[in-house]
Amino acid sequence: MADLVSHPDEVKVVSKRFGKSATNIDRYLELDGYKAVQKALGMQPDAIVNLVKDSGLRGRGGAGFNTGMKWSFVPKQSPKPKYILCNGDESEPGTCKDRLIFEHDPHSVIEGVVIAGIATGSHAGYIYIRGEYRYLLEIMQKAIKDAYARGFLGKNIFGSGYDFEVYWHGGAGAYEVGEESALMESLEGKRGIPRIRPPFPAVVGLWGGPTVINNAETLASVPHILLGGAEWFAKLGPPKNGGTRLFCLSGHLNRPGVYELPMGYNLKKMIYEVGGGISGGRKLKAVVPGGSSCPVLTADEIDVSMDFDSMMKAGTMLGSGGVVVVDETTCMVNFALRIMKFYQHESCGWCIPCREGTDWLKKTLTRFHHGGGVKKDIDNIQYLSENMLGRTFCPLGDAAAMPTISIVKKFRKEFEDHLEGKPCPFEKAGVTEPAAVLA
Amino acid sequence: MKFSDQFEARFSDMLTHYPTKRSVLVPTLLYAQDEVGYLSPDVIHEIAQRLDLTELEVSNVISYYSMLTTKPRGKFNVQVCTNIACMLRGGEELLDHCKTKLGIGHKGTTPDGTFSLEEVECIGACSWAPAAQVNYDFHENLTVEKMDKVLDEYRKN
Amino acid sequence: MADVNITVDGKKVTAPAGTLLIEACKSAGIEVPSFCYYPNLSLQGACRMCLVKVEKMPKLQTACTTVIGEGMIVSTDTPEIHQARKGMVELLLGNHPLDCPVCDAGGECELQDMTFSYGAAESKYIDAKNHKEEQQWSPVVFFDRPRCILCYRCVRVCGEGMDVWALGVQNRGVSSIIAPNQDDHLDCEECGMCIDICPVGALTSGAYRYKTRPWEMKHVGTTCTHCADGCKTTLGVRRSDTGMEIVRGDNRDKSGINGDFLCIKGRYAFDFAHHEDRLTQPLIRKDGRLTPATWEEAFELIGKRFREICDQVGGHAIGVFGSNRTTNEENYLLQKFARVVLETNNIDHHRTADFPALAAALTGKPEITASMRDVFNAPAILLIGNDPTEQHPLLAWQIRNNVRLHRARLYVINSQPIKLRRQAASFIQIPEGSEGKLAAFLAGEDAAIDAITTEEVSRAAWITLRDKLRGEPNLVVVFGAEIRGADIASVAKLTASIQGAKVVCLGDYANSRGAADMGLYPDLLPGYHRVADTGKFHEEWATVPRAPGLTLPEMVEGAKAGSLKALYVVGANPVEQFTIDPFSFSNSFVVVQDMFLTETAVIADVVLPAANAYEKSGTFTNTCGDLQLVKKAGEVTGTKSDFEMIVRIAGAMGFDVRRLVPFGRGVGTDMGQSRGAQSGEADRHAVWLEANGLEPKMSSFDPMAILDEIQRLVPGYDVSRMNILAGNDQHTTLSSSGPGALHDSKLIMPAQDNLFSSGTLGRYSRTLNSVIENRHKQPAETEVAAD
Ligand SMILES: Cc1cc2nc3c(=O)[nH]c(=O)nc-3n(C[C@H](O)[C@H](O)[C@H](O)COP(=O)(O)O)c2cc1C
Ligand code: SF4
Ligand code: FES
Repeated sequence: MADLVSHPDEVKVVSKRFGKSATNIDRYLELDGYKAVQKALGMQPDAIVNLVKDSGLRGRGGAGFNTGMKWSFVPKQSPKPKYILCNGDESEPGTCKDRLIFEHDPHSVIEGVVIAGIATGSHAGYIYIRGEYRYLLEIMQKAIKDAYARGFLGKNIFGSGYDFEVYWHGGAGAYEVGEESALMESLEGKRGIPRIRPPFPAVVGLWGGPTVINNAETLASVPHILLGGAEWFAKLGPPKNGGTRLFCLSGHLNRPGVYELPMGYNLKKMIYEVGGGISGGRKLKAVVPGGSSCPVLTADEIDVSMDFDSMMKAGTMLGSGGVVVVDETTCMVNFALRIMKFYQHESCGWCIPCREGTDWLKKTLTRFHHGGGVKKDIDNIQYLSENMLGRTFCPLGDAAAMPTISIVKKFRKEFEDHLEGKPCPFEKAGVTEPAAVLA
Repeated sequence: MKFSDQFEARFSDMLTHYPTKRSVLVPTLLYAQDEVGYLSPDVIHEIAQRLDLTELEVSNVISYYSMLTTKPRGKFNVQVCTNIACMLRGGEELLDHCKTKLGIGHKGTTPDGTFSLEEVECIGACSWAPAAQVNYDFHENLTVEKMDKVLDEYRKN
Repeated sequence: MADVNITVDGKKVTAPAGTLLIEACKSAGIEVPSFCYYPNLSLQGACRMCLVKVEKMPKLQTACTTVIGEGMIVSTDTPEIHQARKGMVELLLGNHPLDCPVCDAGGECELQDMTFSYGAAESKYIDAKNHKEEQQWSPVVFFDRPRCILCYRCVRVCGEGMDVWALGVQNRGVSSIIAPNQDDHLDCEECGMCIDICPVGALTSGAYRYKTRPWEMKHVGTTCTHCADGCKTTLGVRRSDTGMEIVRGDNRDKSGINGDFLCIKGRYAFDFAHHEDRLTQPLIRKDGRLTPATWEEAFELIGKRFREICDQVGGHAIGVFGSNRTTNEENYLLQKFARVVLETNNIDHHRTADFPALAAALTGKPEITASMRDVFNAPAILLIGNDPTEQHPLLAWQIRNNVRLHRARLYVINSQPIKLRRQAASFIQIPEGSEGKLAAFLAGEDAAIDAITTEEVSRAAWITLRDKLRGEPNLVVVFGAEIRGADIASVAKLTASIQGAKVVCLGDYANSRGAADMGLYPDLLPGYHRVADTGKFHEEWATVPRAPGLTLPEMVEGAKAGSLKALYVVGANPVEQFTIDPFSFSNSFVVVQDMFLTETAVIADVVLPAANAYEKSGTFTNTCGDLQLVKKAGEVTGTKSDFEMIVRIAGAMGFDVRRLVPFGRGVGTDMGQSRGAQSGEADRHAVWLEANGLEPKMSSFDPMAILDEIQRLVPGYDVSRMNILAGNDQHTTLSSSGPGALHDSKLIMPAQDNLFSSGTLGRYSRTLNSVIENRHKQPAETEVAAD
């Protein structure tokens, strides 16, 4: 349904089957489908884990943890069943890539789940898809059904003697549920409140059993690694950042879309060549490099390599691959406000700093943007954000604090321009009314 | 409380997927809502009983998830995303337009019960912004004109 | 468990492996602040107040969820930590109303204290606070939503601690709110634990709110006067026009056998003390009417009539009926009065459990009774009969939390599907009335199996269960009044046959066990010593008649037949409890000591206004045999303690009270003195003196003088006086100094009280009544499932 784009610089791995009717299981088989699982069935579990480790595959959900390493934390022996949980809650603003995978290549996710299962000695996997993606849940339901019908899932898969069940699960609207421990709570039928860690999910997860949680794109990459080899995959990107990534280009671009580019691709090039540059020939003001939780980069900071380590060095994060491009006509105060409004709405409410902090930041930014700002608000916004940073129960609080801190720091002037009842300089004439202090 | 056969079939199937009954709660609530229109006290009572939960537990869960509602809404729920990617490409104007056109505000329902309107957070259509969902259908790369057409299409149904 | 060494703020700390960092710090005297952490409740990590620096960890860590590890180096007070905590308080204060001057928690609020500690007084916010209306959830529970800081203590104590699950969290983010299970009101056990545990003034009590400021109260730790579990309750009292008014009950210092637990009765049902129907003047029947009189008139009349009957017919023409709610000292004094002053054994009380049979069955092994603390720590518990959730709320709490926190195995056998089955490893329903057979079978009598074998429970299942129970060392066997008389021997036999096992017999009122131990029986002296046998009491008192006296039903018959000339009722309402025809006593001289004009008091010739257990001092023995101090908290002018009244009647009869109360150590007494000495407000010095038996008992109204005698003469009561006076519980053993007695089981009548009733007393508690009425208004409750 969503339009596909392409660019010569793309290296199609995960998106290899996009637009090729691979939802059809026969078609999928023609396109090398389910070969990787069969290969995995013939391997030692440890060999699979090591292969994935060596491939340099890092989590595509945001944190970028080495996937093979994560799998290796699962205890070999466990009195409770082990589980694989595919995180398809995709809700990070700016991110719309898992959607394409589910839409065009659902079997690759199933395959990834089964391989993760074989590698960790698990016999059941769940594919959690956010509630808004109802059509994708239906595509996935059909894919699972087809795979069962062929004997690729269930008892004795591919006649190997190995049993593996895969189930679908739908969410009902909550960003926080994408956080791995809240995801498990949600799957267990509870409010999406994160869990205390340690114990980590790999040791105590779903229903108390060891659980591997991976993003859908991460899992969809796995079959390709099995077939193409660790070395091939690792070499696609810079050291320790194997493979390619689905980058979701959005915002003020001429050619927004989801492009699969090698890890480490230059951001500037991504914006100006792949994305076709800023629409209307306007000037670039800021870039959100990896979903709304990442600190923003200014136009001067975009000559960076899009991999986990380089982005960290640049003071931001690669995150979930959502590249949101902001041009000169945008009010950064309003932008910060919109981001905060999101986190305020999505905070689970469990811990004090996140629950209260996001609400006060939203209130302050709202008043500020509407012309009710006073000078001490600017420092206060920073102070409040810093009070949240690193002190919340789960990383959502950090996700709200980081972009805010970066915007206040990097665009302080725009805040100052809003002071003393001045209307927002970016607002079209007559739009702004100094708002009442909002409750 | 009577649900469709399809609901019942899916419900009993789902129960076999998990080691605990409660695990089916979230998807079940959404499917029940799809049938009944909203999560009425009867629905809550029924689902609580089926899953050996208290009604309090069920309503605590409902109130956590933004897609679940305990209030009736229109036949078509128009959900306009205004999160950053959409906002940059006119999501807020789109929302304002819908408000004027439908004559209702955020979470309002038209008097004839045809439309409800909701400002929503990122729906995963950032690269095709601005976007909206009507019930479960995605509408992308929207303009005010396109939105009008979309709404008119639904009104006909 | 092995010990782990850590360093906190440069101090070496050692604690068992598995200890939480916050507890380890506490044990070393380092206080780490917290809102959401609460010992024995599940961990939350939500308030982020306990953030500390753990070396090698990049971020601050929550001390409440961190388990200590060998060599851990921790700082709890760095500028970074201070700022983090200050930040949390500032954030909380953002939406928190600053209405401390009118908030019930003002002065006792953890948020206030924290604000004080971290200097977060400057407000950074100029935007409006989110406001939400206050709600009343039940007659006793109010919820002020904006004050709530979402520490989830209430939700957890209600669910995990009480197994009620009446509270939840609704919505998410900043809209999150604690919600009751019935839309806008609660359907629950009304224990008030949520109120007590709330660190701020979000949850307040209907009984206490807006009555006073915390610092205007004096706090008196005493024993609850309602059920037989004997919770320690701290009463907040304040001066009022009519004496001292009790305004609050709680147990925040967790010093008693109940930790921080109290049920609705312990927490709120002290209000009977200030009921408008309370008697504050003696009443004498004149021309058929009860008419106010002076104390002198009343005592004179009673003394004269009792003397006449004793002299003309003999003491056996007088019957005495004692109480389950008066102190041990009063009960002991009363039976001594009957036996020594009236020279009769005609003394009885409302029996709710067969303690004499248990005492007899435990001959030779009296130490195998379990204390209330044992019930919380036993590795396994067998519960036969009773419904502790309703009748023994503390016992139920101990059992539940033992199962939850220590994974104790609970076996429940009952004719009803009682709520505690939810905690049970094994629950078996048996036919009503077969509890005795069950006991016999468990004790090894195989033939009894027929009576308990049903379609659901096969013979094999019973045998498996019995084997399992026999393999449960240190089992605590708890049984209700379903098991009486000879069947109790079976329970005792079962208990004695298991290594380390102990037993609890469940009676119903605050001092039922004390009444039994103190010998309120026509055939038994204190310590279950038969009146017919010679022994210490006969030696000391000389005049005790050896023939058993009359039981209550026999007294009623005697009155009807004209042989019982007088009846002396102390703190009981037999006319109501035994459904006695009030005209039975038309020709007898009836004296009643009570707080209210009860069904029994209305037929009396003299009614004496009595002080209740919150208004006097002494001791209570709970159903397990734990002896605890009763301290004077409230006071209602115009009443006297039963102790004083008994002594005065003896005096008015011309009896040398020194023979009744061994007071004075040679010092004379002032018979005009009515308070002071009995107030129980001993200073430290006095405590020490008393503990060592050195304190002068200057008054014949000093219950401690009788406690001396009890400790000296009643077997099992020779416990540390120092500990009793310090407010600690001391477990007494249940021994009989002879073969004991087997009583007619029909004489035992369980109280049939539930969570919201408390015999005659409960009828005078507005709080209990309002809760009962409120429940009638609501649709039938449905039981909730345990998680
Ligand atoms: C607030 C929050 C939201 C998140 N949302 C998502 C999400 O929607 N999808 C996702 O895959 N990971 C999400 N994550 C990351 C997950 O917690 C987790 O790290 C990830 O699923 C692990 O998979 P990976 O190692 O394959 O990336 C989120 C994390 C946080 C803190
Ligand atoms: S009501 Fe009190 S105990 Fe409960 S969450 Fe709120 S502040 Fe905490
Ligand atoms: S939602 Fe995770 S810390 Fe608040």
